[in-house]
Amino acid sequence: MTAVTETQQDRLVIEAPRTRKKRPSQSGRGTNFEMYAWIFMRMSGLLLVFLVLGHLSIMLLLDGGVQRINFGFVAGRWASPFWRTWDLMQLWLAQLHGTNGLRVIINDYAERDGTRFWLKMLLYTSSFLVLVLGTLVIFTFDPDLAG
Amino acid sequence: MQAPAGTLYRGREGMWSWVAHRVTGVLIFFFLFAHVLDTALVRVSPDSYNRIMDTYKTPLVNLMEVGLVGAVLFHALNGIRVMLIDFWAKGTRYQKQMTYVVVAVLLLVMVPATYRMTAHTFAALFGSTT
Repeated sequence: MTAVTETQQDRLVIEAPRTRKKRPSQSGRGTNFEMYAWIFMRMSGLLLVFLVLGHLSIMLLLDGGVQRINFGFVAGRWASPFWRTWDLMQLWLAQLHGTNGLRVIINDYAERDGTRFWLKMLLYTSSFLVLVLGTLVIFTFDPDLAG
Repeated sequence: MQAPAGTLYRGREGMWSWVAHRVTGVLIFFFLFAHVLDTALVRVSPDSYNRIMDTYKTPLVNLMEVGLVGAVLFHALNGIRVMLIDFWAKGTRYQKQMTYVVVAVLLLVMVPATYRMTAHTFAALFGSTT
């Protein structure tokens, strides 16, 4: 009962910024998940600035841009462990960064508990599949498929 | 207890850069989903990958790539602004000025980037001599 009333009050009252709470974590399971998520967004974001802007520069701006990309171009790049590592880091950091971003957005705008839950399940499922698929593609790439 | 009524949406530079950060973030997220799927075609066959890449080279998708680069660049620059607000002692004081720096750098980079990215499309469409 008390929990329900508190939740309802949280929705109505806008607290003053930096109000001290007994329990900073929303989940209240003794973890500080939201703080680690906050830190992760900044650390991954900083790395992604270099990884993604580098990726876009190479793929779309330099040396003919998108017009020169084909299977052979990918094979040439992924022959090097450097670019495979680059792409793998980029995939994981970007996907997790984006998943957490969308999690926050869902929490902000989906008001019904059921809607929030299922939207997040959809998000986590698709993220998991994207990560597995992307990782497999990078690790199992076969240039000889060209025959 | 009297709850402070109203809204936290204050408008102006701070709110709108926050809105734009969310919108560009969601756009980039959905592109990443499509991009991992199209790249996965390298495991199907070189031909299927080359065919999807050919669609990336068409004028309409080429224009969307300009949008993608703009969205990523804004998200990156504004992300740096957010980190400066969080970790730099004077960050909050200069958040408004930093918004204008973000927009200025964005425009400064996007003008030549757009030219480079669309040069081939324009040449193909209008037979430019360059």
